[in-house]
Amino acid sequence: MIRDEMTPMERVLTTLGHQEPDRVPLFLLLTTQGSREFNVSIEKYFSKPEMVAEAQIRMQQKYGHDCYYPFYYASLEVEAWGNESIFYYDAPPNSGRPVIHNFEDISSMEAPDVCESPQLQNVLKTTKLLKKHAGGDVPIIGVVMSPFALPTMQMGFEKYLDLIYEEPDMFKELMRINEEFCIQWANAQIESGATAICYFDPVSSSTIIPPELYRKTGFKVARRTLSRINGPTATHMASGRCLPIINDIVETGTAVVCTSVLEDLAEMKAACKNKISVLGNLNGIEMRNWSRQETEDKVKDAIQKAASGGGYILSDNHGEIPYPVPSEVLKNISESVNKWGQYPR
Amino acid sequence: MEFKEALLSLNRVAAKNQITREFTGDNAFELITKFITPVLESIGEMWTRGEIALSQEYMASKICEEIVESILPLESPVRKNMPMIGITTLGDEHMLGKRIVASFLKANGFNIFDYGNMGPEIVAQKVREDSVEVLMASTLMLNLAFEVKKLRSIFEREGIKTKIIVGGAPFLFDSDLWKEVGADAMAVDAMESVDKIHEVLGVST
Repeated sequence: MIRDEMTPMERVLTTLGHQEPDRVPLFLLLTTQGSREFNVSIEKYFSKPEMVAEAQIRMQQKYGHDCYYPFYYASLEVEAWGNESIFYYDAPPNSGRPVIHNFEDISSMEAPDVCESPQLQNVLKTTKLLKKHAGGDVPIIGVVMSPFALPTMQMGFEKYLDLIYEEPDMFKELMRINEEFCIQWANAQIESGATAICYFDPVSSSTIIPPELYRKTGFKVARRTLSRINGPTATHMASGRCLPIINDIVETGTAVVCTSVLEDLAEMKAACKNKISVLGNLNGIEMRNWSRQETEDKVKDAIQKAASGGGYILSDNHGEIPYPVPSEVLKNISESVNKWGQYPR
Repeated sequence: MEFKEALLSLNRVAAKNQITREFTGDNAFELITKFITPVLESIGEMWTRGEIALSQEYMASKICEEIVESILPLESPVRKNMPMIGITTLGDEHMLGKRIVASFLKANGFNIFDYGNMGPEIVAQKVREDSVEVLMASTLMLNLAFEVKKLRSIFEREGIKTKIIVGGAPFLFDSDLWKEVGADAMAVDAMESVDKIHEVLGVST
C-alpha cells in the first residue's frame, strides 16, 4: 500500500490550482450506500443526520477517497417547497407529484426559508458533524440543484420545457424565486462547514438544450447565482454533455466542471486546461458489473487522458454512484487510482 | 423555409403550412410517410449524434403531433390498421422520454394507450384489456429499469404475448441492460422506436 503524502484537502487544492499533487484525487460520490453501513432502509438512513455523517466517515476510511459528500438526494430540496419524495429500497428517492400545476401558480410562489425546513436542517447537521470530524483535512462537498434545474421537479420536465420556450415572463419570475432559494441554501451549507458547493445544472447540458438557448437562460442564471455563493463551486451536468458550452461554463465563474462519459475526456481536458478543473467521467451505470480488470482499465484510461498537469479529479459522471454498485468495485477503483494515479507521471 | 428547419426553429406556423398545403383530405398517411417521418427520423439521428438537444427533439415531435392530429384525427378510421401500442414509465415520475416517444408515434399515425407511471401489475392488466401488441417502457432511474424484469415475469405467468421495447438513460449508458431485464428490444431514441415496433412484430418496412 502506497502511503499518501498529502491530506485529501491538500491533494484537491493542489489539483484545483492546476498543479500535480501526490496522486490523482478521487471523489467517490456515495449517497444511498451509507444505509448499508447501518443495515437500515434508505428512508430511515436519510432521516438520521448523525448516521449519514458517520457513514460518510466510515466510507471515506474504507475506500480512501478524497471527500465527504453530505448530499442526501435531489428531491430533498423540493420537499422544502412542499413536494413529496417517493422512497425505494434500492435507489435514491424520486420526486413525487410536482407542486406547480399551472404556470399561473408561479406568480404566487415564495422561496421557502432554509431555517424552517427540517429536511434541509438535517443536511446542515450532517455537514457540521463532518466538519467537526474533518477539520481542514477532507473537503466537504455540499450540493444545490441549480435554479434552472429545480423546475424539472417543481413542475415536471415537459411542462418546464414548454415554460422555457413559450412563457418567457413566467420563466424569468420562476428563476428569480429559485435563485434566491439556491443562494440561501448554498450559503447555509458553507456556513455549516461545506468546503465547496456542487451546482447541479443538468438542464443546461447540451444534451438537454441547445447552446444558444443555454446562453440566453441557464448561463445567465448560473452567472448571477454563482457570483453570490460565498465559496468555490463545481458545475455538474449529471451525465449530460457540456463540451459545446465549455467556454460559457468557464465564464460563469465555476472552478470545476464534470464531464459526461459521452464525451472524450482528453478533448475535455484540453478545452479546460488551466482555465477550469475537470471531474469525471466513469460510467456509473455500467460500473455495477465491472470486473477487477475492467475497473483497472477504465481508471487507467481516464487518468491517462486527463491527469497530466493536475486540474483533474477522478469521479463517476453522474454525481452519484448507483446503489447496486458493489463495494468490491469501489475498492477496485480506489486501488487502481493508487496504482495508476501517482505523480509525477 | 424547409419543414425540418421550421421544426428546429420552433416555427409552428411555417411547419404546419408546409403540410396543410399538401393535404387533400384523404392523403394523411402519405404526407406522414413522405414528409413527417423522414424529417423526424433525421432529427432523431441528429440527437443521437449529439448535434441537437433533447428539448429540440421534444418540441419538434410535439409540433408534428399537433399537425398529425389536425390532418388525421384520433378517431379517424384510417388509423384502425395500425398496431395497438401502450406506453409507460413503470412507476418512474420522469415523464419526458415517454412524452417524446408518444408524440413521435402519434406523429407517425399510431394510436397510443398512455399508462402514465403505472407499476407492472396494473400495466399488465391494462395491456391485456386493451389488446396491446407492443408496450414501450421508458425509465430514467436504474432501479425502475429493473421493473421491466417484473413485468416480463407477469407476462409469462399470465400468458400475455405483448412485446416489450425499452428506452431511457439506463439503457443508453449500459447497452446490454435491455437483455438483462428481459425486453424484446431497446430503442435508443424515439425515432428508432418505430423501426423496433416493426422489428418485434416481424413487419417488413
